[in-house]
Amino acid sequence: MADKRMTEDEVVAELRSGMTIGIGGWGSRRKPMSLVRAICRSDLHDLTVIAYGGPDVGLLLAAGKAKRLVYGFVSLDSIPLEPHFRAAREGGTVTVSEWDEGMLQWGLYAAASRLSFLPLRSGLGSDVPIVNPDLRTVTSPYADGTEYLAVPALHLDAALVHLNRADASGNGQYLGPDAYFDDLFCGAAERAYVSCERIVPTAELTAAGPVQSLLVRRSEVAGVVEAPNGAHFTTCEPDYGRDEAFQREYAQAAADPEAWAAFTAHYLSGDEASYQAAVAASTLEAVR
Amino acid sequence: MSVQEDVRPDAPVDPETVTRAEFCIAACADAWRGDGEILASPMMTVPTIAARTARASFEPDLLLSDGESRLYTGTWAIGETPPLDRVEGYVPFRRIFDILWSGKRHVMMSPSQVDRFGNANISALGEFARPTRQLLGVRGAPGNTVNHPTSYWVPKHSTRVFVERVDMVAGVGYDRASAVGGDVERDVEIRRIVTNLAVLDFGGPDHTMRLVSVHPGVTVDQVVEATGFALDVPADVPESRLPTAEELRIIREVVDPRGLRDKEVRA
Repeated sequence: MADKRMTEDEVVAELRSGMTIGIGGWGSRRKPMSLVRAICRSDLHDLTVIAYGGPDVGLLLAAGKAKRLVYGFVSLDSIPLEPHFRAAREGGTVTVSEWDEGMLQWGLYAAASRLSFLPLRSGLGSDVPIVNPDLRTVTSPYADGTEYLAVPALHLDAALVHLNRADASGNGQYLGPDAYFDDLFCGAAERAYVSCERIVPTAELTAAGPVQSLLVRRSEVAGVVEAPNGAHFTTCEPDYGRDEAFQREYAQAAADPEAWAAFTAHYLSGDEASYQAAVAASTLEAVR
Repeated sequence: MSVQEDVRPDAPVDPETVTRAEFCIAACADAWRGDGEILASPMMTVPTIAARTARASFEPDLLLSDGESRLYTGTWAIGETPPLDRVEGYVPFRRIFDILWSGKRHVMMSPSQVDRFGNANISALGEFARPTRQLLGVRGAPGNTVNHPTSYWVPKHSTRVFVERVDMVAGVGYDRASAVGGDVERDVEIRRIVTNLAVLDFGGPDHTMRLVSVHPGVTVDQVVEATGFALDVPADVPESRLPTAEELRIIREVVDPRGLRDKEVRA
């Protein structure tokens, strides 16, 4: 089996400005944050980001990487609204396609299934088709003649997901409460990149969890990154929960340009190792 | 944590001892009355207390989740996680979509704006292209409202929430559903709206909002004044019902012993 191990920066080197990038996880849960931080350090720009959004979307907006968003929400869960997302919307600095949450799943599933659209009831009657005038409806060819929203396939140039374990070939495993839609993000993408807490020998995968926890197959995965604490500050259960104190610090800093500059200088000016070191130091300080 | 067996459900209740929040919880619980074996999905504190109280008393077949990925039996306190042997099902987000598309769910959401036909906004205030205030986004509201019953909880009834026109239709109301027709028109059901002042439904002409009851201490005029459109007001508006002794015991001793309900409702 091919060895697909890479670093975050090697993944980012395969991405191009203007690409459509799908990001797995949900809100502030199991986000591939080390890959997102690597994009923020890069010279990529004008990305379209598709996600059940959280701080991944926030950081990319703050770093000026995202030109367009497709989402059902952008939330920090325990803090309902992502502050950078809110600022970008209210400042008019980002183009958005705001969809119903289920529409996003359907768009990814359509792309993963090589269909141009999938019919769905959700969205009809709401303002979602009004503010997204590119959306079309489709009429059932059967006797019922029902009209549905034709949710267009969401083709991704690349998908980024963070899982608990993977082997070096890209067989990925989740051990937490929910797979979210990570498998669909991978399936909808030209190239999918999996970061994980630990790369383990294939034989160890089924020791860690039931066979049903093997979510992503190596045939869908272009690269595997070992990223311990890589989802920080989002949840990555059972390895760790959300760093709520850090998330509060992030949200407070995001509300004020000066505080954000200080936050960026302290945590985000170096590479992933220096980010993790700064986080560890501040956690240690909090304990003292 | 368990529901005691020694309670007299018909014990008398002194209305003077019942708080506004507890009237609201009883009114929210009634939203799920008669729903049977469906998933009750409450958002915010008062609806969460209400759904657990409904199941622990008059609606025992409801399914309830921890808001994460598990269905649990029994009754547990706000902020508490029940033990693993209470798990009866697995409902990751993808399966929540399956359930909501199947129609076997009744959600209670909290809108920032709602109009007389029940169109609800949780997305953004002002022009959508550049909102004056970004809210949550439409989230699951478009799908919820056209697939299964929806109720709303409004902790602060005001003309800012009850508006002539919502800025963005996230949750679909009756006029929009009827314009679509078909399955959407058939399945849309905005069961009730509970506020800190009153209970409302859509029993007015052409499914417009109607005043059902006012909470004790609230006048009909107060509700009318706090509503930014002409409300259907029947000649006789009763007071909202008193919670039963059993419901009050569940609320106070089992589900919300810390009194979080009073933080969400100001009378």
